[in-house]
Amino acid sequence: MTRKKRRLLVLLVCGLGVGTAAGLSLWALSSDVAFFTSPSQLAHDHPGPGRSFRLGGLVEAGSVQRTNEGGKPTASFRVTDGNTAVVVHYSGILPDLFREGQGVVSLGTLAPDGSFTAQEVLAKHDETYMPKEVAEALKKSGHWNPEQGAPPPASTWNTLTVKKTGG
Amino acid sequence: MDASTEFAPPPGPLPGGGRNLHRFANPGRFLRLSGRVLPWVSAIALIATAIGLVWGLGFAPADWQQGDSSRIMYIHVPAAMLSYMGYGSLALCAVLSLVWRHPLADLAAAEIGPVGAAATALCLATGSLWGKPMWGAWWVWDARLTSVLVLFFLYLGQIALVRAFDDPQRGYRAGAILALVGAVDLPIIKYSVDWWNTLHQGSSITLTGAPTMYVGILYPLIPMTIGMVAGFIAITLARTRAAVMERRIRALLQARARTEAVGQEAAI
Repeated sequence: MTRKKRRLLVLLVCGLGVGTAAGLSLWALSSDVAFFTSPSQLAHDHPGPGRSFRLGGLVEAGSVQRTNEGGKPTASFRVTDGNTAVVVHYSGILPDLFREGQGVVSLGTLAPDGSFTAQEVLAKHDETYMPKEVAEALKKSGHWNPEQGAPPPASTWNTLTVKKTGG
Repeated sequence: MDASTEFAPPPGPLPGGGRNLHRFANPGRFLRLSGRVLPWVSAIALIATAIGLVWGLGFAPADWQQGDSSRIMYIHVPAAMLSYMGYGSLALCAVLSLVWRHPLADLAAAEIGPVGAAATALCLATGSLWGKPMWGAWWVWDARLTSVLVLFFLYLGQIALVRAFDDPQRGYRAGAILALVGAVDLPIIKYSVDWWNTLHQGSSITLTGAPTMYVGILYPLIPMTIGMVAGFIAITLARTRAAVMERRIRALLQARARTEAVGQEAAI
């Protein structure tokens, strides 16, 4: 075995070791690495009263109620992941992207009645980008209602992919 | 062979023209080749970036809900790619240096570090500017943002470590080991948005499947990416050329000082 080959082997073995160590640590920490908890996870993994955590999901269509309490804008809405929904109360200014069907991540605590009191609401947008005209056309044709969640697969509106004949 | 003689101009043609990889380790050949390539790469960088900027910032349609803020992507996405590719090339240089003792790889790694760190800083800064109006926060500690911040610190560590020793060879060695260990962060960055839930959105452009981006929004990203990658290559090449020439001048000056000293001794 030449010295070069030996050095390469040592490097590969070290790389394997470092990679495994990093992988295992991340695996062990995966619940802490996650940025938010979904409403379904909340059902079987209750964080306990008064403990602050982040709740993430989509704003359920038709659930947003805005009021004004003592000059402060207050909103309550339901955050859903498709299976379970949690009522969120928030007093403050919502981000510009906030709307029904939008992803949101809110930081706060669970109240005894199972509702969530948020101190902070962040908007989470998805990875789709389309001009206003395309969004309008999808809405008009009934292919997509932004209030119901994510847009249809890109292949149905992105002209990069070949349209199926007759479609 | 110590570093100073290695970078002195070769007295004649190298015996046998060098073997495989070491053919490119010849600094003279590197200077000749890179000198020929550099003007072209720089021109591509300037032209493509100019086209991409005007197209992306001026003519591409805005996203339906993010509005004009989505145009930050034309800087943010190529900067993110550069930070990633820059670190990948750093790790490649580290392997070439540790296994094949490639002297040019050491010099290149020392020059890639600051450029990659600048790209990562640009990625973090534009991301922060984009995050405030869209998410409602300048910064969050989610897996994607944190792993990119770690990458930035890895760059800073490599920059500092390479320059921390009196003997440059020891610095290169330490920097190479750090670069390789830090390469673990690259798959974590890439898959952070798939493995864990994050505030950062998933990838719009993937190897499999159509981009989840309207073509009019996607197209300006192509010249922008080509331009910024070419710019990265041009800056790194120019810096490495300067480093090679600096080494040569130092070797020449040392050689002259040595002959002068010998001459004086002979005179006495």
